Amino acid sequence: MSVSLSLTVNDEAVNAQVDARTLLVDFIRNNLALTGTHVGCDTGQCGACTVLVDGNAVKACTILAVQANGSKITTIEGLAKNGELHPMQAAFKDCHGLQCGFCTPGMVLSAIDLVQRHPDADEATIRAELEGNLCRCTGYQNIVKAIAQGAAAMRG
Amino acid sequence: MYAFEYQRPKSVADAVAALAKSGGKALAGGQSLVGAMKLRLANPGTIVDLSGIAELRGIKKEGDAIVIGALTTHAEVASSSVVKQSIPALAAVAEGIGDRQVRNRGTLGGSIANNDPAADYPAAVLALGATVHTNKRKIIADDFFKGMYETALAADEIITAVSFPVPKKAAYMKFPQPASRFALVGVFVAQTGGGTRVAVTGAAPHVHRASTIEAALSKSFTADAAKAVKIPADHLNNDIHGSAAYRAHLVSVMASRAVAAAG
Repeated sequence: MSVSLSLTVNDEAVNAQVDARTLLVDFIRNNLALTGTHVGCDTGQCGACTVLVDGNAVKACTILAVQANGSKITTIEGLAKNGELHPMQAAFKDCHGLQCGFCTPGMVLSAIDLVQRHPDADEATIRAELEGNLCRCTGYQNIVKAIAQGAAAMRG
Repeated sequence: MYAFEYQRPKSVADAVAALAKSGGKALAGGQSLVGAMKLRLANPGTIVDLSGIAELRGIKKEGDAIVIGALTTHAEVASSSVVKQSIPALAAVAEGIGDRQVRNRGTLGGSIANNDPAADYPAAVLALGATVHTNKRKIIADDFFKGMYETALAADEIITAVSFPVPKKAAYMKFPQPASRFALVGVFVAQTGGGTRVAVTGAAPHVHRASTIEAALSKSFTADAAKAVKIPADHLNNDIHGSAAYRAHLVSVMASRAVAAAG
């Protein structure tokens, strides 16, 4: 069954007709060609597909595109403004908060959700809040450091 | 995932009618159902998406109970000042489900309607002696959970809210399976107006009350009393994650930790 979608992705209005069974991550990657949102485990565990739906981190592999109808979606491509990295992206770069980089888009978006709720998050909070994002390089040390630095930058 | 028809009704009455007519499945947050459909473990011909029904959301205090709308997310329950103030153990259960992304989507009604054998919410609902409100009746927790992934709900019945009486004391302790973080064993202990109630998730094919621990705690509400109860391993889950004997032992240990946490 085909359904109409009308949503906002990275501040741009998007209208499309998709099969109702289309996952949000497939819509983002295949229909919109925004391939920064990754598919890791495809079972809702690893968090590589994390995007923000109305500001909340969500695993785009475990939500139908039609469930996000009417929502505002932010993917990794929507964070930089006018060529300037988002403070959280800049912090990941500064701290080398990545190794292979596959988990990074999801990590960055989860980090932004985290900082919205815990602007002063300590290391224990950051680690606990990252439960839904796996780094198979196990590079957590610098990821946690980057999020603390990014949080400070977001506080301004 | 197999193809399906999709409907998004605006009211409970329309959703019930759509389910009755189509024989389809209700979709709440989708954190279990979408995954099951991807694996083709679930193959509904029609999906009735409940997300457009505003009356299913919200948290309010009504007399001596907290009433939570079925579509309220785990994240909303975890951060609710009303829940944290009246039943902090319930807020803690919600905060411990899955991970942040799951808590942003998963709902109370979806969790208990699914009745996963290792889910956290069923233990809270059962131990607190909550009442499940549907479009046609009110079901007490003791009558709601029927078996593995089975509840008292009819195919065209929708949970609208769950009413949790405020307990005197309560706490939940979970021993998570290290990879999935689902409860290998989780125990919710509550001192309620109806006596001490202890509900166990993860250990058996479905959530159940631990009557021997309840009896021991009714005499002496202490961690030692809970720990001293020997739980028989018969009928408990026995799999690669833990033997039945190991789970039986964990039930007493988690119950004693919950009593200690309840204070």
